[in-house]
Amino acid sequence: MSFRYEIRLSGSGGQGLILVGKVLAEAAAIYEGLNATQSQSYGPEARGGASRSEVIISDGDIDYPKAENIDILLALTQEACDKYIADLNENGTLIVDSQLVTHVPEGNFRVIQIPIIQSASERLGKFIVANIIALGIIVKISNIVSLESVQHAIKARVPKGTEEINLKALAEGINLAEEWLNKNS
Amino acid sequence: MDYLQYLRKDKMPHIWCDGCGHGIILKSILRTIDTLGWEKDNIALISGIGCSGRTPGYVDFNTLHTTHGRAIAFATGLKLANPKLHVIVVTGDGDATAIGGNHFIHAARRNLDINVIVFNNRIYGMTGGQCSPTTPTLKKSTTTPYGNPDSAFDISRLAEAAGASYVARTTTFHVAKMDQYIKACFLKKGFSVVEAYSNCPTSYGKMNKETGRRGVDMLLYQKDNMVPIEKAKDMSDEELQGKLVTGVFVDRNIPDYTENYSIVKQNSKK
Amino acid sequence: MSEPKKNIKMIQGNTACAEAAIAAGCTFFAGYPITPSTEIAEVLSYRLPMVGGNFIQMEDEIASMGAIIGASLGGAKAMTATSGPGFSLKQENLGFAAMAEIPCVVVNVQRGGPSTGLPTHVAQADVMQARWGTHGDHPIIALCPTSVSDTYRLTLRAFNLSEKYRTPVILLTDELIGHLTEKIELPEPGSIEIINRQKPTVSPEKYLPYESTASLVPPMANFGEGYRYHVTGLVHDETGFPTNDSDKAALMLARLNDKIEKNRDDIVEVEEIHIDYEMETLIIAYGSSARSANRAMITAREEGHKVGLLVLKTIWPFPEKEIQQAMRNAKKIIVPELNLGQIAHEVEWATNRRIPIIKLNRINGESIKPSEIHKVITQG
Repeated sequence: MSFRYEIRLSGSGGQGLILVGKVLAEAAAIYEGLNATQSQSYGPEARGGASRSEVIISDGDIDYPKAENIDILLALTQEACDKYIADLNENGTLIVDSQLVTHVPEGNFRVIQIPIIQSASERLGKFIVANIIALGIIVKISNIVSLESVQHAIKARVPKGTEEINLKALAEGINLAEEWLNKNS
Repeated sequence: MDYLQYLRKDKMPHIWCDGCGHGIILKSILRTIDTLGWEKDNIALISGIGCSGRTPGYVDFNTLHTTHGRAIAFATGLKLANPKLHVIVVTGDGDATAIGGNHFIHAARRNLDINVIVFNNRIYGMTGGQCSPTTPTLKKSTTTPYGNPDSAFDISRLAEAAGASYVARTTTFHVAKMDQYIKACFLKKGFSVVEAYSNCPTSYGKMNKETGRRGVDMLLYQKDNMVPIEKAKDMSDEELQGKLVTGVFVDRNIPDYTENYSIVKQNSKK
Repeated sequence: MSEPKKNIKMIQGNTACAEAAIAAGCTFFAGYPITPSTEIAEVLSYRLPMVGGNFIQMEDEIASMGAIIGASLGGAKAMTATSGPGFSLKQENLGFAAMAEIPCVVVNVQRGGPSTGLPTHVAQADVMQARWGTHGDHPIIALCPTSVSDTYRLTLRAFNLSEKYRTPVILLTDELIGHLTEKIELPEPGSIEIINRQKPTVSPEKYLPYESTASLVPPMANFGEGYRYHVTGLVHDETGFPTNDSDKAALMLARLNDKIEKNRDDIVEVEEIHIDYEMETLIIAYGSSARSANRAMITAREEGHKVGLLVLKTIWPFPEKEIQQAMRNAKKIIVPELNLGQIAHEVEWATNRRIPIIKLNRINGESIKPSEIHKVITQG
């Protein structure tokens, strides 16, 4: 019996969540030899509006490529959190930006609250790498792909010259997740 | 010269009416091809729909009779796929500037290396005499029985403003000028247009008294009302009412589409 | 971590389409930006100049369709891509390509309609437009991919079929597949089957561009190769010149339609999954909905339900014979599709309504969930 792992990355358009989805899927499919799909749903705006990117990872064939029973839901805005929470598996994990998602929905799922966007600004001086910090958190929490594979996938996907800052952001995300795990274990 | 060497004799008689000016333009095109010594195999003649649209059927080249207004769009693909072809578009006033107006101005804008001969008889002849974008204001047609409320396009100025390399206008009376302009058009690199005022006695002449009803009357009307562009510059709008301004509107050497795209191709390999 | 293989890529369906076009020998693309097909144009604007081809962004969709016909007549393999309202605008010159027998490929990445509809959301509501969108009785081929690698394969096939049958071929994909990123193993360039249009072997004086040959597909000369002939959208005879002769018109239009209908066995492609004589429920699906159907079928079979799936990879000409064969002893047919039953209606006709046909439709821009199909398998 093959496994199927579902990740939904949600927020507003322009936060770079489609890139995160592509990196995760590529890490799994190209560097881990698994199967993966990445799809997205977005509105007409290039910036703003509720946006979501979904990644399915499996060791078998992936027929239906949309998330139905989510293992990890990342929500970077309150609107996205409210809109997409319904599909989260009751044993799943909700990762939110603790400053932007102030009202956390009730449920049996695990909730991880981390100031993702603030960390990007304060620790790396660039709020636009918040997406890659979120990726680091997901990598640590899900354990579905190795750090090394994700590093390779980042190098292959991000614009030339931004590899270093993005790899730093990834490491920062891993740290933040470890800190959270240490506090909450 | 022997016109028959360029004609598909078995397709005669043509469908154009007695007194129609289109044959005069066709003969000028054929004379120019003969003068330039172009090989028939290397010529593609493309048209849209309407009386002018029937031209390709009569000539012994690679000929393409497209949908209404789209000749220039088809010509774009053909020219880019086979740049060695001399691509000539023959089109009417409605075909080029009503339904095909967008293709006309954009081909001019990108300065695509094709030759466009506009047969401008200022009416839709094939469908029986409806007004076109070049029917003058308050003139009659079967769809403007009380006079045309629209203003007319100036096709040559339109092409010039949109970026063509060469634009000239003449009439079916002024045949020597037509030969001269078509030759310059064919030799020009880039989007080149000759607009020829043609006469449609069957529709335009019948409904609008000032031109006369017979083909010959309409030719004489062209002769009497022609104003060279140089002279027109010193005339007021009032004085130019009803006049046919002819001459070379633009003749410039600017990069054509293919030249620019060859740079794109080089850039892609860097 | 494993060492990645060079020819394994994670790409979108739209990128796969563009790359397959290059692999098929496409050297000309004309298009106009429209969501969700735009990436096909973007990738080809980058790739075509590299291989010496031409990419041109035209002033509108109508011009793009005209330009690819002109390019094909000039000897290029040519393609355009569009979505939604753009596909409506293609129809005029799509009819010309069918009538004048000009090989070309038209990609429609379907989005929600009608009109401007739901530009960024998936739909499958253009299947009837693909068949009958242009006026008059005309032949058409339309292919529906279900994955990124299928998009690659069927784009190649679209070019091959267009060249083989001198006809426009529509690649009828959808937003979900077009924007889905998944793994694809790109074939080695030498391993790809490429079909090119048949050229005339007779001398120019004897060439009949629309001859009634035994294969029903007359050889095609490109403009500029010494065969001066006439191409028109008017009804024409074997010489290519217009005719009003009713006998000649009947002959020409019969051949035009027969060349696809009589070769339908070569053109039609379906995939049978778990279709056998035990099967009680048959699902018929295409495009992205076939993926939902596959998941639903697997779940239901694990629970002991006898269900099979027929995936229509060729949607036009319609696989009625394949559907009749696949029915076996099925007691019901489920047709999930992202429209109000356009293909279900064809299935009713193909099966003569011998068994119940359950339509499962959605037109709100979302895909059909496997659980919804599962429910109809087990309860409906």
